[in-house]
Amino acid sequence: MNRHRISALILRYTFLYTRSMPRILEMFFWPVMELLVWGMLTQYLQTGPFKVPGFIKFLLGAMIFWDILYRAQQATTISFLEDIWARNLLNIFVAPVRISEFIVATYCVGFVKILITVTGLSTLAAVCYHFNVLSMGFALIPLFINLLVMGWAVGMVTTGMIMRWGQASEALAWGIPFLIQPFCAAFYPLDSMPAWIRPISLAIPATHVFEGMRAVLAGQGLSLKCVLCAAGLNLIYLTAAALFFRFMYDKARKQGLLAKLGTQ
Amino acid sequence: MAEPIIQVEHLRKEFKDTVAIADVSFEIRRGEIVGLLGANGAGKTTTIQVLLGLTTPTAGRVRIFGKDFEPNRVEILQRCNFSSAYTGLPSNLKVWENLLIFAKLYQVKNHRQKTDALLELLEITHLRRQITGTLSSGEATRVNLCKALLNDPELLLLDEPTASLDPNIADKVRKLLRRVQREQGITMVYTSHNMRDVEEICDRVLFLNKGRIIAEGTPQQVLNQFQQKSLEDVFIQVARSGDLLAEDAK
Repeated sequence: MNRHRISALILRYTFLYTRSMPRILEMFFWPVMELLVWGMLTQYLQTGPFKVPGFIKFLLGAMIFWDILYRAQQATTISFLEDIWARNLLNIFVAPVRISEFIVATYCVGFVKILITVTGLSTLAAVCYHFNVLSMGFALIPLFINLLVMGWAVGMVTTGMIMRWGQASEALAWGIPFLIQPFCAAFYPLDSMPAWIRPISLAIPATHVFEGMRAVLAGQGLSLKCVLCAAGLNLIYLTAAALFFRFMYDKARKQGLLAKLGTQ
Repeated sequence: MAEPIIQVEHLRKEFKDTVAIADVSFEIRRGEIVGLLGANGAGKTTTIQVLLGLTTPTAGRVRIFGKDFEPNRVEILQRCNFSSAYTGLPSNLKVWENLLIFAKLYQVKNHRQKTDALLELLEITHLRRQITGTLSSGEATRVNLCKALLNDPELLLLDEPTASLDPNIADKVRKLLRRVQREQGITMVYTSHNMRDVEEICDRVLFLNKGRIIAEGTPQQVLNQFQQKSLEDVFIQVARSGDLLAEDAK
């Protein structure tokens, strides 16, 4: 891998995002709206007739954590779509760029975008709801990394699918993460889910992250088991996603779809 | 005799039930400008896509700079470039920003001087700070060409570079390409539906029909072969009686 080419691609996305107000707003608009709705709902649930104790930190923590996964996936896929929308894909693919360099660049851009979004959300959560995500301390780091890696893996799969099935499958970029959401115990504990779903949930790295997050927020400390399970699964999924992406890339080249996608 | 830059042997490309390239073999030598001609579906764009590695061949061998494409993809692409009327550069970026990105992608040394020199050569220095999306077709084509010349390519693939240009700008672009080719000795592969383009700019043409080369030579040799006065008449003759000619060519 060549760092100059990766930095050139990162520069391309930096220009793209800093030159576009809608793209900057997009980083904050939906996360902030969600935070406000969920925050107010949880405040109501805490103070109203239900009086669920400590509910706000679990839900807001889950919301912020979910956004890490979602944004990581989005950043990878949207970066690819940006080149399709700009009819720039062919220019990139006929440049001396390795596919791995292209992917790594989208990961780096995604990482920075997530840091910006999460910082904004965390600040808002602290100001509006007195929930400080940093109170999780160092436990935040392994959990954050695991969600990021899972988002990258899902992003690679959705990008591969768009490469193979074209712009018509663009909805996958937004839809696929929500296919995972009900099963990954983001907003409710694994124990509360139906027994038949649990094996599926346990096979998802994010489930272990969310379980770990709840344990930390409940004051039980970071479970090493949760971190290792998430990391192990991520390793498998990231490898599988890379192989899937390569397979789709080769298939797209074989069927001439890459060229079609670049001139649509 | 100059060294071969492109060697294509028995290239075949099938898409499901369609044969885009039936059997094509040719060689292009250093410094040549070769036009790939043919009606829609003749196989010229697919040939360019194979040469750029965007599409993998079903059968046959493609060697560029004496090397097989797949194992040497990055090295080969570093020495090539491409421009097409059907691709664009990100529209919300300024011209200099787009050029800077590609200069860095191709690891161009002294990229600032190189970019300035090309902008001057293409007479678009005044567009440097303009948003790419606000350019006219002619300006966008010249910015695309600027991008395509950034890395001093030894091989330049041009897919209908003058499509959608008015005759005046098209003429300027043709003259400019000729000049660049003379000064830098670039090998060019050129596809166009504009036969005037081809007659004016190409040293040699390959006429494709239904995925086969049915005529090859200098524009004059092709005119003689078909006993026509212009390549446009040849084009029409081939398009209207292509099956027959393809059979003859076998």
